[in-house]
Amino acid sequence: MTVDGVYDVLAGISLLLGAFLSVAAGVGLIRFPDAPSRLHAATKPQILGLMFVVLAIALEAHSWSTLLALTPVLLFQILTAPISAHMVGRAGYRTGNFRKDLMLVDELEEAVEAATRASDEESRQAKASTRDAP
Amino acid sequence: MTYVYLIVGLMFGIAAVLALYRIVVGPSILDRMIASDMLLTTLILVVGAEMVYNGHTRTIPVMLVLASTAVFATVSVARYVSKQDRTTDTVGTDPLAPPTFTDPLSDGEPLPAVSKDNGGQP
Repeated sequence: MTVDGVYDVLAGISLLLGAFLSVAAGVGLIRFPDAPSRLHAATKPQILGLMFVVLAIALEAHSWSTLLALTPVLLFQILTAPISAHMVGRAGYRTGNFRKDLMLVDELEEAVEAATRASDEESRQAKASTRDAP
Repeated sequence: MTYVYLIVGLMFGIAAVLALYRIVVGPSILDRMIASDMLLTTLILVVGAEMVYNGHTRTIPVMLVLASTAVFATVSVARYVSKQDRTTDTVGTDPLAPPTFTDPLSDGEPLPAVSKDNGGQP
């Protein structure tokens, strides 16, 4: 087998792995019950799948400069995927768009309760001071 | 090698169809945004796989732009999700049934959002 043939086979395996991650994300989107778990499934091909495809492109072109040109793609995806996942997860929690019975631990609930208590206390004090002022 | 590319194309196609199904069925706007984000990711991967198949590197800028701007859609929608988009049952809901909105003021349970109340005034 020639060197080009080895590169081709490696690129094919990388592509297959990337496509498999994509299918796994699609199945997860259908099968999983609520928004946070679907979010977990959908973020799999965003980083690892893209890594495999970038590797496949660089192997097929077998040049380092192609890999260098593809690095910003991966970099932007790594930088921006957590932002969108965080925003969706936050909006999902705040709108109650999750299934409470599937959760083992809800650490955010205590923090939200504490913040609500603090804000209630603050508003009560503000009301008292406005009543006393005039 | 042709069969490998055929299998890869079929897998990407299945992933795109599954994401499209989730976009159509929902049930909430967040599920749709997650699915459309995943559809865009699949599109980026397909652009890359096409480069491998045809042996060129001309569409790397397309991948770059897609990867760097994919975040804006999700963030801008997630920022404006309101409480009315809540669905009580997230599994097995009929997508064609008329939507039922829960009144956030009368459901009796505390709001999960951290909100400053107006000091007890009506």
